[in-house]
Amino acid sequence: MNQSYDSSEPAITVADVYKNYGDLQALNGVSFSIRQGEFFGLLGPNGAGKSTLINALAGLLRINSGSLQILGSDVRSDYRQARQKLGVVPQEIVMDPFFTVRETLQFQSGYFGIKNNEEWIDELLEQLNLTDKQNTNMRRLSGGMKRRVLIAQALVHKPPVLVLDEPTAGVDVELRQSMWRFVRRLHQDGHTIVLTTHYLEEAEELCDRIAIIDHGEIIALETKEDLLARGLGSKLLVRASDRIDAIPAQLQERVVRLDGNEVELTIHRDNDSVMAILDELRAESIEIEYVSVLTDSLQDVFVQMTGSQGG
Amino acid sequence: MNWIACFTLFRKEISRFVKVWLQTVVAPVVTALLYLLVFGHVLEGRVQTFDGVTYGAFLIPGLLMMTVIQNAFANTSSSLIQSKVMGSLVFIMLPPFSDFEFFLAYVGAAIMRGLAVGMGVFLLAVFYVDVPIDNIVIIIGFAILGSYVMGALGMIAGIWAEKFDQIAAFQSFLIVPLTFLSGVFYSIKSLPPLWYELSKWNPFFYMIDGFRYGFFGQSDQPVIQSFLAMLAAAAVLTIACLWMLRSGYKLRDA
Repeated sequence: MNQSYDSSEPAITVADVYKNYGDLQALNGVSFSIRQGEFFGLLGPNGAGKSTLINALAGLLRINSGSLQILGSDVRSDYRQARQKLGVVPQEIVMDPFFTVRETLQFQSGYFGIKNNEEWIDELLEQLNLTDKQNTNMRRLSGGMKRRVLIAQALVHKPPVLVLDEPTAGVDVELRQSMWRFVRRLHQDGHTIVLTTHYLEEAEELCDRIAIIDHGEIIALETKEDLLARGLGSKLLVRASDRIDAIPAQLQERVVRLDGNEVELTIHRDNDSVMAILDELRAESIEIEYVSVLTDSLQDVFVQMTGSQGG
Repeated sequence: MNWIACFTLFRKEISRFVKVWLQTVVAPVVTALLYLLVFGHVLEGRVQTFDGVTYGAFLIPGLLMMTVIQNAFANTSSSLIQSKVMGSLVFIMLPPFSDFEFFLAYVGAAIMRGLAVGMGVFLLAVFYVDVPIDNIVIIIGFAILGSYVMGALGMIAGIWAEKFDQIAAFQSFLIVPLTFLSGVFYSIKSLPPLWYELSKWNPFFYMIDGFRYGFFGQSDQPVIQSFLAMLAAAAVLTIACLWMLRSGYKLRDA
């Protein structure tokens, strides 16, 4: 990232944004801001409003009211500046089938007013392992390679803010890992990264701060640690020295899994005492060999908050 | 005005049709030549034209302009609908183009395709019939103006349409009938009075008639009238295109 911006300016400002499609309220008074240099996760169930918000930020759709700014530039009234500062990796794998990888990147540079960008294009091709495919027609690339070209296209004008809209959907594990290595490097270089993903473990691993959007409203916006601490429960894993045949009646409701000499019980973070539960097990002549407390993952927190299984 | 951005989009649009030149340039040239061979042979001496002008010579400017305008229309409309259907429109929507830069690049490329195809038809047609050239400036001026108008109309169709068959319907039910009834194959003076009057309401007639004036120095209507009609059409369509782009109609309001 070459250009520097006023560090007090948020990378993205979303202020009281409303967008409706007929009767459907896709965004319902959404407000938040993302600091420069953050790795920000935007999660929500399908149809929650994530893509609507990202498309509005990218200028791909018009909101009904409110304002959206990229590093202080309004996406509507100052759209030239705003779009120059933003790179977007779209959710769908799309391409222009007429051109090669290099031609695609050269045209994309030109669209942003950059004439001689060969050095940066070479670097992007190398970083994304596309150098040997640079003269291949886009149609002949595999899905994973097309995905990498999309990332290169989003970065070709060196935007300080990068939005990745579910970039790893349908991508194999190896490519996903290499993609995240690359994105982490961009983040270390100072880019602000905004990520939406269906894989909550990715958000948990990568993001500093996470917003959860549901029915067009932000229902949580916290650091990853605070969000995880919001988890109401944990699980208690108990391994006995012998097969567990019976669980005390008062613990029956808590049983998540009973398998041979192992039992997994739900516990409430604030209301339950682990020692008391263990005492009840011992009272049933269960000889405890090993105990582990499993804390909630982001997935668990997400499910508790939205009632949905994935982001 | 970001000239680099505008010129890049213009260049990309030209590359797009050049990469499939067989379909976008050669095929329409061959079709126009087939019209010339068949109609030129069958109707020679049977259709009233201008004084001292053979039917074959009369037909060439009409076919030329028909090919030019149909291809200018096809360039913008097919490019936009393809990008929309394939999703690659996002690459054009994300960069900071102004409405005018966007318009100029697409219509500019449509003009280039119109001229390329027109040149192809002309170069081959002159082997068939000797065609006089009365005023080259008028010929080129009308070719550019006609391509501009049709490129802009193609942009409107491309923005409006959501499926390929809507573009095909636009071509089949509007462009082709209006072109065929515009005097490509005949002088409208040979028509019955009602059809003669109706033809004067066909904007395509002025493209053909003014263009033909450049070859023969004579036309059904005064050339200045054709020129003004074309200018008016260009102005109206430019305003319509810019309004559609500004409002984000079917482009930015999904």
